[in-house]
Amino acid sequence: MTRVILGPFNRVEGDLEVQLTVRDGRVHEAHVTAPMYRGFERMLLGHAPLDALTIVPRICGICSVSQTVAAAQALAQACQVQMPPNGQWATQLMLACENLADHLTHFYVFFMPDFTRAVYAHRPWVDEARRRFGALAGHPGAGGAHNRAALAVRARWFELVGTLGGKWPHTGAIMPGGSSRALTGSERVRLRMRMREMRAFLQDTLFGGALEDVAALDSLLALRAWCQQHPDSDLAFFMTLADDTALAELGRGPDHYLSHGAYPVDDGCLSWPRGVWHAASTQPEPLHALHITEDTRHAWYSDPPGGKALHPMDGHTLPDADKPGAYSWNKAPRLNGQVIQTGALARQLVAGHPLLHDVTRRHGGTVLARVLARLLEMARIVPLMEHGLDRIEPDAPFHRPHSLPQQAEGVGLIEAARGALGHWLRIDDAKLSHYQIIAPTSWNFSPRDAHGVPGALEAALVGAPMDEPTSSDAPADSVAVQHIVRSFDPCMVCTVH
Amino acid sequence: MALNVLWLQSGGCGGCSMSLLCADTPDLPAQLHAGGIHLLWHPALALAGQHELVQLLNACLDGSQTLDVLCVEGALLRGPNGSGRFHRMAGTGLPMTEWVRRLSQRARYVMAVGSCAAWGGFSASAPNDTEACGLQFEDEHRGGLLGADFTAGSGLPVINVAGCPTHPGWVIDTWMMLADGSLNRDSLDSLGRPRFYTDQLVHHACTRNEYYEYKASAAQPSDLGCLMENLGCKGTQAHADCNIRLWNGQGSCVRAGYACISCTAPGFQDPGHAFHITPKLAGIPIGLPSDMPKAWFVALASLSKSATPRRVKVNSHSDHVVVPPMTRRKPPR
Repeated sequence: MTRVILGPFNRVEGDLEVQLTVRDGRVHEAHVTAPMYRGFERMLLGHAPLDALTIVPRICGICSVSQTVAAAQALAQACQVQMPPNGQWATQLMLACENLADHLTHFYVFFMPDFTRAVYAHRPWVDEARRRFGALAGHPGAGGAHNRAALAVRARWFELVGTLGGKWPHTGAIMPGGSSRALTGSERVRLRMRMREMRAFLQDTLFGGALEDVAALDSLLALRAWCQQHPDSDLAFFMTLADDTALAELGRGPDHYLSHGAYPVDDGCLSWPRGVWHAASTQPEPLHALHITEDTRHAWYSDPPGGKALHPMDGHTLPDADKPGAYSWNKAPRLNGQVIQTGALARQLVAGHPLLHDVTRRHGGTVLARVLARLLEMARIVPLMEHGLDRIEPDAPFHRPHSLPQQAEGVGLIEAARGALGHWLRIDDAKLSHYQIIAPTSWNFSPRDAHGVPGALEAALVGAPMDEPTSSDAPADSVAVQHIVRSFDPCMVCTVH
Repeated sequence: MALNVLWLQSGGCGGCSMSLLCADTPDLPAQLHAGGIHLLWHPALALAGQHELVQLLNACLDGSQTLDVLCVEGALLRGPNGSGRFHRMAGTGLPMTEWVRRLSQRARYVMAVGSCAAWGGFSASAPNDTEACGLQFEDEHRGGLLGADFTAGSGLPVINVAGCPTHPGWVIDTWMMLADGSLNRDSLDSLGRPRFYTDQLVHHACTRNEYYEYKASAAQPSDLGCLMENLGCKGTQAHADCNIRLWNGQGSCVRAGYACISCTAPGFQDPGHAFHITPKLAGIPIGLPSDMPKAWFVALASLSKSATPRRVKVNSHSDHVVVPPMTRRKPPR
């Protein structure tokens, strides 16, 4: 048995280290380390409640709107205010804009370039992979035509947040009472054109056909038929690579999935409901958020008295870099004591999408399912946004005034691109007196808990082949590990808030 | 010869990298190439990782790879107790502070991308558990990780492209000026920031300027009025061209109805008051335009307030234009 330390990983947000023990050329055991501490939960204490809206976006440059929306939701609960419909739509449009952009960035900029690595130099598809997805820094060749185009589309796409929120990342326009930026009628038609541009890119380059038809694919068989009919699409090309590299069998995570639910529609219901999905069951179960805990046994934080895992309304963050047995700055979140996968796949399983149900029934929640879920969501998000934009009434209010309480509690449970994001806060004497955050990657990249149970990525890595040839000056490596790690689209800076 | 740029991240959110990818160009890599910029490595864009990156860093250290610009995004985390262990670079066991210290000795230019790398920024917010600081500043005090006297190979101190996040144009213009040799000591202000964007104020070209002229102030978020008197805006004191060089197409903070928090300035993260509320003394905002005598400001403000047209007054308390400007027509002959 040998021990291998992998890192730094790039094309993930933030810094990540993975320690592997290898037996017979395969990963026997994995420990996932978040090697940086930031301390936002402690920075927030003592601040005026609305300061959270300026501070929390700075937790994360890639999901800053998500952090703000979670804080605004928790503060709205504390202030007992409801956004007017325009404020709600504007906020959801910004969130959807960010979530779609994150999926696009993940596929084109973070995930696909791995198929251009030297280890694949003899595969028949590698030249085409380099033409479409060649990396954009380091030794940029003439390749990368599709990821360059995706970057350009992404920059135009963020003009949605530029208009509605002033800038991306780190908008301050989202507030508990709504949005600070009213949209005019002419701006609305301009933003509709931005949505058309994104739709055109997705339909022409990624899918090869209408978004609605992609969203309606209901089985792996239907997906394969689609790929045959649209062989030049990036979706079809991805499926070719996925089959050749066996992504369907790679990186199976735990069979429990959590979604906080996303995108409220006209009647206040969520387009994609909140809930928990267990692979063994046939129906999603309701989420009991009081059953969420965080365990600090293997994290560099002081354990609470008795070492008990605590609900985030009771939990604390007290760094202890010398703690024996600890190996990550990430705590171990658990739901009913269970390890959870969260992200696009969880959202679509809880929402009952037949394609993802079929894929996970056949193969489990593996690299293939996690990547397909994101692609499918892109096809589903644009129509939701087009609907939302149409619902905005430029002459109606975007913000509702409200007072701030001396004392209150609030919880914000939302879906960032990478999955379930929760903010738990308390206000005393009109100041923030308690603030705990559980980010999506806190769930997915959790360390072991007090019972020694590995986190989702730690479990998913077991069995992965160490498949990259090694030379004398380079340690053992594995492109399979790279695929598995990136298939979760980790955001380490959120994780170590 | 292209300018070799190495970009490392430490105690920050990665938002300056994400902002860079929003650059207004049909093809970012092509633009960089045309501008003489070669990204040796960037965390979001490079293929190489792990030992390939460590090999590259070592090549920069032993001189076999030229390093023209070392860009650091994120604050430098010196804690706990000066050990730097709050951020060990993955796979190396070494604190990031140590990598940055060593690489800085090799680089022709060292560039702080964003306010965290420049001064500490939000990463250094109280209680600053991580002992975060900037490359050459800790808030407004010279020093930081590299020390007050540090100069890079070129003789320039750290170039502070401050902002939270940085505008992609600030970063790319700085690179391109370095590449064509036109950025020198006179191009930097007293805080080491490129003057091409800090010789401007956020106030310049603010769309709320007419409201400012009449002190017709917004009372609550989404009002069109000036954000200075009540809602915490520091645009008249903030050094940046945010309303001239707009963000993500048509945007800026004040155009979206929330305060400028002067994110290019050292110490902006701990202003000593709530971000959304203007602190006042006897009803007068404390933070007045820095180069205007206070008595004149007060006198002009009371004069202009009494001269406010109804249109401006009504619109300042609305979220869209209720009273349009009058259309004057010549009577028909």
